[in-house]
Amino acid sequence: MSVLVYVENAEGKFKKSIFEVVSYAKAIAKQMNTSLIAISIGNVASSELENLGKYGVEKVLNVTNDKLKSFINQAYASVIAEAAKKEAANVVVLSNSFSGKGLAPRIGVKLEAAVADGAIELPTTDGKFIVKKTAFSNKAFAMVEMNSENKVISLTPNSHKVVEDGTPATIEEFNSENKDSDFKVIIKEIVRATDKVSLPDAELVVSAGRGLKGPENWGMIEELANLLGAATACSKPVSDADWRPHSEHVGQTGIAISPNLYIAIGISGAIQHLAGVSSSKVIVVINKDPEAPFFKVADYGIVGDAFEVVPKMIEAVKALKANS
Amino acid sequence: MKILVCISNVPDTTTKITFTNDNTQFNQAGVQFVLNPYDEIALSRAIELTDGGNGTVTVINVGEASTEPTIRKALAIGATDAVRINAAPKDAYFVAKQVAAYAKDQSYDLILTGRESIDYNGAKVAAMLGELLDIPSVSIIKKLEVDGEKATVEREIEGGKEVLTIPFPFVAGTAEGVAEWKIPNMRGIMSARTKPLTVVEAIDVQILSDIVKFETPAPRGAVKLVDAGDPEKLIELLHSEAKVF
Ligand SMILES: Cc1cc2nc3c(=O)[nH]c(=O)nc-3n(C[C@H](O)[C@H](O)[C@H](O)COP(=O)(O)OP(=O)(O)OC[C@H]3O[C@@H](n4cnc5c(N)ncnc54)[C@H](O)[C@@H]3O)c2cc1C
Ligand SMILES: Nc1ncnc2c1ncn2[C@@H]1O[C@H](COP(=O)(O)O)[C@@H](O)[C@H]1O
Repeated sequence: MSVLVYVENAEGKFKKSIFEVVSYAKAIAKQMNTSLIAISIGNVASSELENLGKYGVEKVLNVTNDKLKSFINQAYASVIAEAAKKEAANVVVLSNSFSGKGLAPRIGVKLEAAVADGAIELPTTDGKFIVKKTAFSNKAFAMVEMNSENKVISLTPNSHKVVEDGTPATIEEFNSENKDSDFKVIIKEIVRATDKVSLPDAELVVSAGRGLKGPENWGMIEELANLLGAATACSKPVSDADWRPHSEHVGQTGIAISPNLYIAIGISGAIQHLAGVSSSKVIVVINKDPEAPFFKVADYGIVGDAFEVVPKMIEAVKALKANS
Repeated sequence: MKILVCISNVPDTTTKITFTNDNTQFNQAGVQFVLNPYDEIALSRAIELTDGGNGTVTVINVGEASTEPTIRKALAIGATDAVRINAAPKDAYFVAKQVAAYAKDQSYDLILTGRESIDYNGAKVAAMLGELLDIPSVSIIKKLEVDGEKATVEREIEGGKEVLTIPFPFVAGTAEGVAEWKIPNMRGIMSARTKPLTVVEAIDVQILSDIVKFETPAPRGAVKLVDAGDPEKLIELLHSEAKVF
């Protein structure tokens, strides 16, 4: 018995969300009195792999097969399921990232495992195996009982702390047999905006809505976000009008996020918008209408005109940074 | 082109979510059920791709008879015909197994799902179907263009996007951007009544997971308002009280 964690890399590096996943998997392994093994696929430096030991990994299975250089969910799922079988891992943990969403269900089918997507807490492992996840687009939580022998759990970014616990991991090369039919997908192009904080795993988010009147007014939103090291987001009508890209649209039909801080500027707080952001830890609302529904779910707020308030917030952040 | 679109029947986006029976069951009283918004996008794209008699669009739902109004809505929007697998959906694996059992001999070129259902938000059915049918799957796509025997799709990745070419058949979960929502017209609504809706009995599937309880989020405390003339105070509170930066 063991716990297997898939460590997804982004261009050879692990992001913080992966250290969260490893820490989470380690906590499960501890609960179950068993060891934690990681599997990495693609080109990652051995120093990076060893470093996973710091978060509790004992051994890393390193897959460097050229055919598996870039992510193809079908092929990666085969490799991870094979590793799980070889290591007798009956719990497989991964990030509920965009790639993780394409992987977890496939691994689940291969291992006849129940799949808990987007877990937000550690499971109970004594007796019943129950995982908590969000449901109804963040309007509720569901406790999912996993009845199968094998289990696959994907973790929501920003819901488990990074815990340092351990010593450098050993690395073992792992070779897998993939079927040709695993490689039908051809990747034509990958576009990554490296200068921006990625929204799904951002800790801080500055978001704006129709209250901003037009795309030309986003300069101050980006400036505030840059100063804070935050990602930018927007409401649906804003991306529908092409003021901002669709990838920034949060809410019931956009992406759901749970950052430590969500600043909503000129957004009314419609139920479909709240669905995507209500699990943010701290919510700040700037709106000129005191009756805006967003204030009901906010922790902090200013009733005022964004065009006056935001520039002053920018100055205050600059002053704070200068003093610290 | 022969397309299958998986549709689910979900509470309307404005529904206030409550539970009954000691928080073990979703309270359906007074809830309006609709076609899952993402499935509507999938359906809209499927109809565009088969426009002008260039193929068929079958919608499939795993559900009890109560989902039929939603299936008729899909027919009104423009699906060719419909299949209902007669069973209450237990979990994503159950649904995917039922759909795969139906689809395996039907040689669909393309199977579309929504990126996720807005009730259980699993985003699992597309990839499970791909695995069960041993064909490629892309879980969340933002664009879908067809070119002969293959398609080009765009999928989101953290901080960017990826463009993929995939030969048919494959499964894809659609998100916003793939198509505009279509509104049924009068003719669609009239013809939906007579379009074929086949009811198929479910196969036996092992139930791997089960929701044993729901919780609703703890209400937040009252909002702390800061004077509009004093945003410095807000930044100060976020720094030293909330400690978020
Ligand atoms: C099926 C469905 C799905 C949906 N999914 C989503 C979703 O995923 N995400 C989403 O966001 N929406 C979604 N919506 C839309 C949602 O219902 C709202 O229409 C939308 O969130 C409103 O966007 P907004 O708050 O930016 O704009 P508005 O509602 O127009 O609000 C603008 C706000 O700005 C304030 N304001 C104006 N001027 C200023 C100023 N100078 N300074 C400060 N404040 C100012 C106003 O007081 C107002 O509160 C969905 C709707 C449907 C029907
Ligand atoms: N009961 C169902 N019947 C048919 N298709 C479904 C059903 N439930 C979910 N789906 C499809 O699977 C997609 C993803 O659902 P989920 O994995 O539950 O988030 C949905 O958008 C639908 O296209």
